[in-house]
Amino acid sequence: MTAEEEPCVRVLVPAGVLGWGVSADEIAAGLALAPHAIAVDAGSTDSGPAYLATGRSKYGRQSIKRDLSLLMDARRRAGIPLLIGSCGTSGCDMAVDQTLEIAMEVAREQGDVLRIAVIYSEQSLADLKARNAGGLVTPLPPAGPLSDESLEACNHIVALLGPEPYMAAVAAGADIVFGGRTTDTAVLAAIPLMRGAGVAAAWHGAKIAECGGLCTINPTSPGVMMSIEREGFTIEPLAPQNRCTPETVSAHMLYENSDPFRLAEPGGVLDVTDAQYCAIDERRVRVTGSRWETRPYTMKLEGAGGGPFQTIMLVGIEDPAVLEDVDRFLARMERGLRDRLTRTLRNEAAMIDLSLRPYGWNAVSGRPAGGAAPPREIGLMLVATAPTQAMATEAARVCNPLFFHFPVREGTEIPSYAFPFSPAEIERGQVFEFHLNHVVHTTSPFELVRTRWIDVSAAPGKAASA
Amino acid sequence: MPSLKDVCRYVRSKNAGPFWVTVDLFFDGAENYAKYHDDPAISADAIAAVYGVDAALVRRFPVASLSMVKISYPRATPQGGVHERDMHSGQQFVPLLELSLR
Repeated sequence: MTAEEEPCVRVLVPAGVLGWGVSADEIAAGLALAPHAIAVDAGSTDSGPAYLATGRSKYGRQSIKRDLSLLMDARRRAGIPLLIGSCGTSGCDMAVDQTLEIAMEVAREQGDVLRIAVIYSEQSLADLKARNAGGLVTPLPPAGPLSDESLEACNHIVALLGPEPYMAAVAAGADIVFGGRTTDTAVLAAIPLMRGAGVAAAWHGAKIAECGGLCTINPTSPGVMMSIEREGFTIEPLAPQNRCTPETVSAHMLYENSDPFRLAEPGGVLDVTDAQYCAIDERRVRVTGSRWETRPYTMKLEGAGGGPFQTIMLVGIEDPAVLEDVDRFLARMERGLRDRLTRTLRNEAAMIDLSLRPYGWNAVSGRPAGGAAPPREIGLMLVATAPTQAMATEAARVCNPLFFHFPVREGTEIPSYAFPFSPAEIERGQVFEFHLNHVVHTTSPFELVRTRWIDVSAAPGKAASA
Repeated sequence: MPSLKDVCRYVRSKNAGPFWVTVDLFFDGAENYAKYHDDPAISADAIAAVYGVDAALVRRFPVASLSMVKISYPRATPQGGVHERDMHSGQQFVPLLELSLR
């Protein structure tokens, strides 16, 4: 066997997520290794349900534009495809379109001439209800069967794309592919799979590279290169001074995975139980021995929608008389607040959820802190939750006099605790919630997917740069 | 009797999707791993009791090559709801640090 006979497909992964801050130096170092594509993930459910429920991106427009500018410039110079998965954090249609709009602005500024494929994977409520009724939606643990109510509670529902629509788009001539919600691995594995690299090696390499520099000794250095062959893959950081070691690479299978050995993907399961991680030199690691088990095609569903509204208030307390028995003080305060809500709001009070969270005592865990020494100060947060923002704010305002001036002991003078803002209450907005933990079975990877093509020509008066 | 923090070099917790939490116990060396990775204090039943979840759903993966044990359990409520206190579940490892080992 010679190295020349092996397919070796190199994918430049500039960062774990678009908008994190790619490095121009690292991209230049990566391009010198002649990659076949640049691929990066742009989304996650990691930061909570608000991004999918609202379609709003976690990263700011300027962060995304900066990274896109560097990547689109690198793509044009290298003449290789650029693949971006889970655009706009949630990968719902409006999030993809926001990313596309930024890219079009960059293309105009750079005088770029290119063919863009946009792959959408947001799903319609009616279609999913029909598929669910037809037995094509199954739960993942710990969820139960999917109900119409859960589907209806979602503002947006996305199905996680596999690599096939990306492969088809690039095969049809796309220079850049902007994808809706996609598994982190699929967008990175697409080009190696398309060019005949090993299936297990492609998926495992993609899993290791999906968080960029997190699989290196210096996770703040964002980029890595994965080189996928038939029987294995090699991973190395883009920054010359950074290193991958067998431990940093193998440990990455642990990160954010509930199972460190088996990873379910659209159309199969990656099994790395018997994978071997070997150092090639000081900064490169070669991985072999992973397996791919083909399964009927499924796409994971994610859905999130809006719930009730919250208004919060914050106060600082340093008074030792309060802090010598925080639990007792809070229990009395909670009773006092509840009584006042009931007296003032009557029937509406039953719709108000009040939560007192003493930071510096036990706000993080919510577990009893019994026996702990008194803290030096606490920051006490009151969270009022109600069906409307107006009701939540009204509840907070009803609580205001007691919350900021609750007596240390009954019948004593009225104290004032340290509140930092005026007005004191802060309208936090809506609570968002995830509702789906299910997969949908499809007959093909394209069944739930829509692809749109955009040809970008140089704007009048602007020449395409070489 | 040592506590878990005495025999681990690093313990961390993190959300694994919106419905699961995963805890990584990195033992301090192969010897500590060999001695303590099966300790009853970190069994599926014990972990279920600490977090108030169903023991049948607690998943446990010893990884000898990294001298670590990964333990995953379902969240009591999905990430981000009305009573969320730890969006990334990044502080959920703390109650394990003082567990007494055999």
